[in-house]
Amino acid sequence: MSRTIGEVILDLQNISLRFGGVKALTDISFDVREHEIRAIIGPNGAGKSSMLNVINGVYHPQEGAIIFHGQERKKMEPHRAATQGIARTFQNIALFKGMTVLDNIMTGRITRMKASFLEHALWLGRAKREELEHRQKVEEVIDFLEIQHIRKTPVSRLPYGLQKRVELGRALAAEPSMLLLDEPMAGMNVEEKQDMCRFILDVNDQIGTTIVLIEHDMGVVMDISDRVVVLDYGKKIGDGAPDEVKNNPEVIKAYLGGGH
Amino acid sequence: MPLETTAGGSERLQTFPRLLFHHARTRGSAPAIREKDLGIWQTWSWTGVAERVRALACGLAALGFKRGDNLAIIGDNRPHLYMMMSAAQCLGGVPVPLYQDAVAAEMLFVLNDAAIRFAAVEDQEQVDKLLEIREQAPQLEHIIYDDPRGMRHYNQPFIHDIHALMEMGRIHDRNHPDFLDAEIEQGQGNDVSVMLYTSGTTGQPKGVCQTHGAFIAAARGSMETDRLEPAGDILSYLPMAWVGDHLFSFAQALVVGFTINCPESSDTVTTDLREIGPTYYFAPPRVFESLLTSIMIRMEDAGALKRRLFHYFLGVAKRCGADLLDGKPVGLGERLRYGLGNLLVYGPLRNVLGMSHIRVAYTAGAAIGPDLFRFYRSIGINLKQFYGQTETCAYVCLQPDRAIKFDSVGPAAPGVEIKIADNGEVLVKGPMLLKEYYQRPDATAESLNADGYFMTGDAGFLDADGHLKIIDRAKDVGKLANGAMFAPNYIENKLKFFQHIKEAVCFGHDRAMVCAFINIDVGAVGNWAERRNIAYSGYTDLAAKPDVYELIRECVEQVNAALIQDAMVADSQIHRFLILHKELDPDDDELTRTRKVRRNFVAKKYEVLIEALYSGKASQFITTEVKFEDGRRGQVSADLKIVDAKTFPTMQKAA
Repeated sequence: MSRTIGEVILDLQNISLRFGGVKALTDISFDVREHEIRAIIGPNGAGKSSMLNVINGVYHPQEGAIIFHGQERKKMEPHRAATQGIARTFQNIALFKGMTVLDNIMTGRITRMKASFLEHALWLGRAKREELEHRQKVEEVIDFLEIQHIRKTPVSRLPYGLQKRVELGRALAAEPSMLLLDEPMAGMNVEEKQDMCRFILDVNDQIGTTIVLIEHDMGVVMDISDRVVVLDYGKKIGDGAPDEVKNNPEVIKAYLGGGH
Repeated sequence: MPLETTAGGSERLQTFPRLLFHHARTRGSAPAIREKDLGIWQTWSWTGVAERVRALACGLAALGFKRGDNLAIIGDNRPHLYMMMSAAQCLGGVPVPLYQDAVAAEMLFVLNDAAIRFAAVEDQEQVDKLLEIREQAPQLEHIIYDDPRGMRHYNQPFIHDIHALMEMGRIHDRNHPDFLDAEIEQGQGNDVSVMLYTSGTTGQPKGVCQTHGAFIAAARGSMETDRLEPAGDILSYLPMAWVGDHLFSFAQALVVGFTINCPESSDTVTTDLREIGPTYYFAPPRVFESLLTSIMIRMEDAGALKRRLFHYFLGVAKRCGADLLDGKPVGLGERLRYGLGNLLVYGPLRNVLGMSHIRVAYTAGAAIGPDLFRFYRSIGINLKQFYGQTETCAYVCLQPDRAIKFDSVGPAAPGVEIKIADNGEVLVKGPMLLKEYYQRPDATAESLNADGYFMTGDAGFLDADGHLKIIDRAKDVGKLANGAMFAPNYIENKLKFFQHIKEAVCFGHDRAMVCAFINIDVGAVGNWAERRNIAYSGYTDLAAKPDVYELIRECVEQVNAALIQDAMVADSQIHRFLILHKELDPDDDELTRTRKVRRNFVAKKYEVLIEALYSGKASQFITTEVKFEDGRRGQVSADLKIVDAKTFPTMQKAA
């Protein structure tokens, strides 16, 4: 592969997140480099999704610093994250069920639409031009994910695996520099997983998008990620290349229990 | 005007490249090729296509492609791949389209057999396949790909982007402006224009070499028969390696000058069909069947009023629709009712199917059920059948408008001579015959007889009006003990037209009577059983139900009643049959992968059942080993009933 992993673009320093008395994350530090595929793994309740929510601004950690593209980030709303180039998919698919695939993916472009509400309503020049531009972008995503055949199908009629793909499509339509994927392969069969892996690798390779993903399928994680961070009970217990992590005794203990 | 100049048989236009540049000169702005890309139909005019073909041809020449070289074409129906065919032809080379879904090892044979040095492929998938077998095909020098997706890291010097090739070609063209025209000028009508590999059910595939003249003659013949016009559209979605696609999407498109439309992907064909609304359409029978099924299922869910309207007018169409299409006299009342039906039902239905503009639709490749065939004709779609092989440019018989007989494939097409050999084999002769099998003089000699007729290997006969009826593969045709002809496939097809019968195997060669194995269609019969509250546990159980036997017996007897109508096959009535306890399955080697019965294997495996059929037993116990999909083996056993079917006295045929 020719893609070169670049500088650190996201640096998380000593993050702690509490919900009342519950410690979701305790003193976690790790970084994400440009163009890499960074996996977050850990047993159930380890704090993986919380971590993702911290990155895109849904949760605000009580302690620690988030440095994105060299700037320390203060309290931030999720839509700000979106405009800064962070897009995500969700563990439980969060699409507009009644809308078509095309329209759903179009919503991914919303942060990039500049024409005003009135211009859109009256279909004035700028709105029209913009719409054409966005549609072009959306069609490129559709082509990329090979979902032309369901372009006009309402999402609710699609099987689970395809819905997941559409959700990835919506995230891609935002042309993010960083993509957060929350269990993109949960509940898929082997073939669907292979497809999804290929798309993730293609996105990373061809568009150069940095990817942070949470995944339970260890085979997938070990195969496609460059570096892996392991959480357990809200603490970081391992960080490094897949092979390192696999042989880390703490990680083995967390996954297989203490007896081994 | 264009029709005149292209159809006029002008001597100048004896090769496909000349035809292409002729269209570009005389009607350059007319649409030649459309492709749906990023959701929008993009159009290339004839001028645009000619410009690209020119660039591609010069590019190929710059890479060292020479007269007599073969160019492999691998991929879905993409405009650039069709253009590559033309480009190779411009240089006096021969395009060799391959089936795009073949695995690498299967492609290897053709690559080596045809000594392929150049390959034009669609995408990364095909490039990977070629790279996989490159060691074993050392003569392969250059790979040109159309879709750059995923190709960023392929920096081998012998892999070229098609746009880079065009750029190379444009430079070459500027430096040698007369080069290509001189090359095209050298091309003659009796040069080989394409090489199509036959599927090779026996032995290795053979490359069928067809000349420009052959395909042009075939295309002109169908153009005359069907009055094809330049202002037409066809959806090109069947494999480019198949002779039919080469005839429809390449030869006829270039001769007539209509527009070919390439679908977005193989999954979007139905949508694309609706958007294009072609005037000219081809599909194998199973496509027509699944379309009809989906209509019927959707109608079941419609409101009561719509449903009643639909069924009422379908009844009207059934009575007079096909006759109207054939121009036969129909009473005024029926005409009016049909007109109303057209407004309310048939028109909208055709629209939903994407068939509103269809002037001619063809089907071939397998037997089409008469009900299915009549349904499409009755709602005003001019569905017809043709007959032909790779060796005959898929051009032997065409059903002419207004003289359709559903069980024949029509009279000889213009320019074709048909003769029936003494053994019943269909022999054909005409300008569309193959030049040879590539480097296989032995096979060429075997298939062309001394008088220059091509031996089709099909058995058939010409009826009183000169329409050809195909009954079977000649090698399968046997004789009954009394000397009458026995054509198993013909009878089996008649059985399989019943929705309850999925598969049938008939026996009768050297026997006194015909007996049959039946496989029921578990979907259709299961549904039928449920509606009658017949409980069953699985295929074996269902197949053994007395009610099911009764159902199948009725079907068999209807076939018998049909068989006596034709003196040739009246002796082949089915006397006894049984329903097999398991479905014939490719995993158990009983069917080929294309789901054709392996007759001899089945006969041997179920010898004891055949014995029981002919010895008059009422039942027979059998145990059979089956392979499951996961590779495990199991056994199925059953005590099979054997049933007599009513046969009809063959004396009636004299009346």
